[in-house]
Amino acid sequence: MKSVSALIAGVLFGLGLTLSGMSDPANVRGFLDVMGNWRPDLAFVMGGAVMITFIATPWVLKRPLPLFHSSFAVPTNVILDKRLITGAALFGIGWGLSGYCPGPALVSLTYGYDTTVVFCIAMIAGMALERLVSR
Amino acid sequence: MNHFTLPLIGGVILGVAAIWLLWALGRVAGISGILWGAGAGPERPWRWAFLFGLLGGGLISHQLLGVPVPLDQDISTGVIAMSGLLVGFGTRLGSGCTSGHGVCGLGRRSPRSLAAVVTFIACGVLTVLITQHLIGGLL
Repeated sequence: MKSVSALIAGVLFGLGLTLSGMSDPANVRGFLDVMGNWRPDLAFVMGGAVMITFIATPWVLKRPLPLFHSSFAVPTNVILDKRLITGAALFGIGWGLSGYCPGPALVSLTYGYDTTVVFCIAMIAGMALERLVSR
Repeated sequence: MNHFTLPLIGGVILGVAAIWLLWALGRVAGISGILWGAGAGPERPWRWAFLFGLLGGGLISHQLLGVPVPLDQDISTGVIAMSGLLVGFGTRLGSGCTSGHGVCGLGRRSPRSLAAVVTFIACGVLTVLITQHLIGGLL
């Protein structure tokens, strides 16, 4: 049931990203381009998503256990540290360069464009590099 | 219509997906974390199932529901590779991306996620400002 549940979540996520237009990096760059031809789409996507999670997360976390797992694994750290901010800043720069973040980039792999393949390989390399550097 | 309705509906579906994963497995639907964990982490099977579903959901949307496939991006390979490297490195260092910190973390009222979201949007805006308007034509 764990894998079936995750598969369902993944399918919904893929539907959401593509229906909302977020698998098109032009929409994402358009949202970040506040001095140019600004596109509000990403704000509505994030608004719709957070509206649901904001209401439902406290309710879910009040359950004694998840449906199909023996524990909740949710971050409880509340300290803002240099790692978090530096990481988010580097991610933001990379995001602004192309308009791709991890979810949309992975979904776009099915389009068969070299750009997305290069992005995903570089992204995984970046993750591996972080692991090497942070050790 | 397309700048409002579909983004909002898509966003709600993303929220439902994240809540479902939290309710069913007690796990955060952060794509960067799931991707890294699928290769390096414990509990690999559900992560692979999620990623498989992610691509499948995209195919359903384009092939069955007729959502238009986005055009290829006219961005040089060097810039794309640098972008991917920064996104991969940054999301691991900062413990999350748009989904983990944005969709899930904001819903959890996490101060770390709020700080991360403000930071990556600000840096994204600055980057687009610089590359599109100040030294135009880089992308």
